[in-house]
Amino acid sequence: MREKGKGETGKVLLEVRDLHASVEGREILKGVDLTVRTGEVHAIMGPNGSGKSTLAQVLAGHPAYTVTAGQVLYEGRDLLAMAPEERARAGVFLAFQYPVAIRGITNAYFLRSAVNAIRKHRGQEELGPVEFMDALEEKLRVIGWDSSYLTRPVNEGFSGGEKKRNEILQLAVLDPKLAILDETDSGLDIDALKTVAQTVDKLRRPDNATVLVTHYYRILTHIQPDVVHVLAAGRIVKSGGKDLALELEEKGYDWLRTEAAVA
Amino acid sequence: MNVIDRYLADFEAFAGNGASGAPTWLTQIRQGAIARFAALGFPTTKQEEWRFTSVAPIADRRFLLEHAPRSPLPAPSDIDRLCVGVGPRVVFVNGRHAPGLSSGAALPAGVQATSLAAAIGNAVSGDLAREHLARHAGWHDSAFAALNTAFLADGAFVHVPAGVTLEQPLEVLFLSSGRPGADGPTVSHPRSLFVIERGAEAAVVETYAGLGDGVYWSNAVTEIVVREGARAELYRVQREGPQGLQIATTHSRQERDSFLGLHVLTLGAALARHDITTVLAGAGAELILNGLYLLSAAQHADHHTVIDHAQPHCASHEYFNGVLAERAHGVFNGRIVVRPGAQRTDSKQTNNNLLLSTEARADSQPQLEIYADDVKCTHGSTVGPIDETQLYYLRSRGLSAEAARSILTYGFGAEILDRMRRPAVRERLDRLVRERLA
Repeated sequence: MREKGKGETGKVLLEVRDLHASVEGREILKGVDLTVRTGEVHAIMGPNGSGKSTLAQVLAGHPAYTVTAGQVLYEGRDLLAMAPEERARAGVFLAFQYPVAIRGITNAYFLRSAVNAIRKHRGQEELGPVEFMDALEEKLRVIGWDSSYLTRPVNEGFSGGEKKRNEILQLAVLDPKLAILDETDSGLDIDALKTVAQTVDKLRRPDNATVLVTHYYRILTHIQPDVVHVLAAGRIVKSGGKDLALELEEKGYDWLRTEAAVA
Repeated sequence: MNVIDRYLADFEAFAGNGASGAPTWLTQIRQGAIARFAALGFPTTKQEEWRFTSVAPIADRRFLLEHAPRSPLPAPSDIDRLCVGVGPRVVFVNGRHAPGLSSGAALPAGVQATSLAAAIGNAVSGDLAREHLARHAGWHDSAFAALNTAFLADGAFVHVPAGVTLEQPLEVLFLSSGRPGADGPTVSHPRSLFVIERGAEAAVVETYAGLGDGVYWSNAVTEIVVREGARAELYRVQREGPQGLQIATTHSRQERDSFLGLHVLTLGAALARHDITTVLAGAGAELILNGLYLLSAAQHADHHTVIDHAQPHCASHEYFNGVLAERAHGVFNGRIVVRPGAQRTDSKQTNNNLLLSTEARADSQPQLEIYADDVKCTHGSTVGPIDETQLYYLRSRGLSAEAARSILTYGFGAEILDRMRRPAVRERLDRLVRERLA
């Protein structure tokens, strides 16, 4: 649905420079560089333990990770100096690999609170329950849900697939500028994967960008990435076009490790 | 004179005066109960069941028995404020019926919501009272239930005849003036008997509230009998005054294929202890025991629950949540007994406690005693501060840390409120919870 002409480039939305991050004293990211422009879809692939999720969480502001060196600019602002909620309000969204369940709070209340927090920040009128439900109806249809999911507590008792769909529903409702999807495709059956991919694809616009963190090639057959990066041992060891993803699918990651070691 | 002797002397005065005109069966129960109280004495923290709760503020002080509502009576606006709805209500002030504040509007034919004193005096309901009153709540092993029973003179009586469905919840309101008398703090012994007959359907809201901020003691006992195939909801709201002391015993007995939703909301009192015993006495009975305690300052609330699976094919689901702020202390003890032969029992218990300060404390003790082999029993409990992962998740969606904390705290309450099946009651109690957490 979106054509990107040669030589036509968007504005730089996200710029990650030499990012080092650690958790519990263990360094996971060891110098990540990444530039994402508006209108682009980036795929970040790599073996387990390479630091993919850490990168996603550091960008969203997870308090357990410590940035030890480097810089992240989002629309030219110092992203790392912003609290998680400030990042969200500025248009950064992370679809969690392991969405969190919250007892007692309905999905509808949660979504409306989030939308209104962001609207308030933008100086827009907050939505009442009825207006909000009207606005939500279409988004629900897109992900193939009925409103019964809204009256259930957030992710409580949801299957793995339902939790992932719920992340995509939040993505659709919050309409961020930078969407980071952390292994949203893992654990999904083929139908759920298609729904998720189609929704993400529909949300693509020239003024936003998506970073897909994934272990598998599968989702990239539905969402065509502009750039594919390979993250290994805390660094991006290779970047290329969408063909790189296919190459990884065929050859695995081991050849890159050797290549990186040689380099 | 020691404390026990004073109560014995008070009883002599009561038996010779305030209790005159009672039927023999009742005077016999009272005599038995006072003897039992004398034998048991007040519990101490050396007793396992009272390990976390000291009743010294009650045992070390003299509380005078209230004989009649002291004037001035509470204003009707106080009653409206404390009631959940506008439906039929029976109001008691310091344990005694206040007909002027009560209203029996729009009760279906045959339904009784009245004072126990009136019911006992009536030929038909007197037989009903005799059949059930003090037959269920175990005054033989509780000094507090025994003392309440010894001074039993009045209380709430609700009787819903077989097959009758009550649309509107019935309300029972026990008010304490919360002002000390001329001779010191007072005690009242609120008492309720609810009988929901075969196939009937009803909801009762039982509210305890204190109007003043003085020291007083409220020592309550409630018995509810849910007969075969009946469906009952009992909402028990405790809003005693800030210096109020409340000890309560609630006992339910369910017959075959009955349903009981027993909902507890504990907000008030400086010291509260609530012993809840539920007996699933007929096959196929279902119980939801659903409680929430929201405590702050130096409040102490102890809920001791017993679910007695006496018959096969019964289900019990118990959920108690606590939100503890400042120096508050919550205690939950949940005992589940599955008797020999109670096969196909399905029992689930959870107790989750949220600590909002480092000085708040919660003690949670599950006790499972299973004497049948074909049963499904699970239990779990948590005690801890706000979950950092949940907090981060909400913040990552744009909510401020403060808004996220408030939502997560409310979630502890909402989870319990969501199980209340009467929308009008649920909404009213939801407002109370929100006000409390604000």
